[in-house]
Amino acid sequence: MDIILGIKVEDGTIIATSKAATRGISVLKDSDDKTRALNARNLIAYTGESGDTVQFAEFIQANIQLYSMRENDIELSPKATASFVRNQLATSLRSRKPYQVNVLIAGYDTKTDTASLNWIDYLGTQVELPYGAHGYAAFYANSLLDKHYRKNMKIEEGLGLLKLCLKELETRMPIDFKGVYVKVVDKDGIRSIEGY
Amino acid sequence: MSDPSSINGGSALAMVGKECIAIACDLRLGNQSLGLSNNFEKLFQFGDKTFLGLTGLATDVLTLSETFRFKNNLYELREERSIEPSTLANLVSSTLYEKRFGPYFVGPIVAGLNSKTNEPFICGFDSIGCIDFAKDFIVSGTASDQLYGMCESLYEPGLEPEDLFETISQALLNAVDRDALSGWGAVVYLVTKDKVTKRVLRTRQD
Repeated sequence: MDIILGIKVEDGTIIATSKAATRGISVLKDSDDKTRALNARNLIAYTGESGDTVQFAEFIQANIQLYSMRENDIELSPKATASFVRNQLATSLRSRKPYQVNVLIAGYDTKTDTASLNWIDYLGTQVELPYGAHGYAAFYANSLLDKHYRKNMKIEEGLGLLKLCLKELETRMPIDFKGVYVKVVDKDGIRSIEGY
Repeated sequence: MSDPSSINGGSALAMVGKECIAIACDLRLGNQSLGLSNNFEKLFQFGDKTFLGLTGLATDVLTLSETFRFKNNLYELREERSIEPSTLANLVSSTLYEKRFGPYFVGPIVAGLNSKTNEPFICGFDSIGCIDFAKDFIVSGTASDQLYGMCESLYEPGLEPEDLFETISQALLNAVDRDALSGWGAVVYLVTKDKVTKRVLRTRQD
C-alpha cells in the first residue's frame, strides 16, 4: 500500500512518495525514500515487491548514468528514459523471474522545454499522463485530480493540489503512511520540497 | 479477472466500402476497472494506405507496434517501396507465430488499399497469427461481441466513403458503450485511393 503520486504542471513535475516502509503488519521505517535521480532532470519513483524495487531502480540509474559518460555528457531525454525503462520491464516480464516494480518517471526536457510524467507498471504498460499514481492511492487521487486539475498550473498551484490529495489519502487509507517526500523536477533540476 | 487480454481493455474495427476502407478504435487505456488514459491510440500506419490495429494487453501493443515499425522500416529500405496490406498481414502472422508457445496477448487487425489496384483488403488475427480474411468487416478487442452485433445489423456492401464513415462510427460507438473496458473517445481513419482522413469522435465519458 505504498503511495506514489505524480502531478505534471506547466513548468515542472511534482512527485510525492510515502515515507513508510512496511512488511506484513509492521512499519519498519518512517523515512524511506522511494525515489532515485536518474540524471539531472529525470527522477524515478517506485513501488512493488521489496528487494526488486531498489535493485531495479538502481540498475536503471546506473545504465542511464553510463549512457551519459559514454556519449560525451549527453543526457537522455525523459521520453528516451521512459522507453528504456519500459523496454527493461517488458523484457523482464517474459523471463524466469520478472521484476515486480511499478514506476513513475518525472522528467524535464530542456530541448523542447516541456515537463512530463510517465506511468509504467511491471507489465511494461507505459503512458504519458498529466497526473497519475500507482496502487490503491490511484483511486482516491485520480478522482480528486479529475475534478481539480487544470492545464497550465504553476508549481505552487500543483503543490496546493497535492496537499488536497494527501489530506484525502490520510483520511481514507487504512494505515498510516508516515507522510510523504515531495520532489519537483523542472528546468533547474531536481529539488526536494520540505514541510510535508 | 487476470486474463491478460482484458486487463487494459480497448476495441478496434475495420470495414470495407466501395474502393475504400475504414478502420477505427477507442482511446481507453485502463488498469482493470481504473481508467488511466483517454488518449491511447491503437492504430498504426504503414506506408500510404495501410493500417494495423492492435488491441489486447497494452505492453504487447506497445512492443509489437515498435517491432512492426522496425520491420517495416527495413522492408522499405530493402524493397524501395511501401508495404502492401496483404504483405503486412503475412508479416504480422509470421511474427505472432514465432511466439506460438508464449504468445503476445493481442488481437491485431489489418486494413488497407492495394497500392496499384486500390483493391480493399482487411483481415484479422488470433494471438498466434491465424489470419481471418474477410470481405465485409473485422472486429477485435474487449467489445468484440458487441461489435459483431452492431456490424451484422448496420453493415451493407459497397458503401461510399462518407456512408462508410457513418456506419463504422455508429457501430463502434454503440458497441463500446455496452463495454465497461472500452470507450473514452474514438478515432476513425477513412482511406480512399488518394486520401487518408482522420476523425476524432466525441463519445460518452463514462
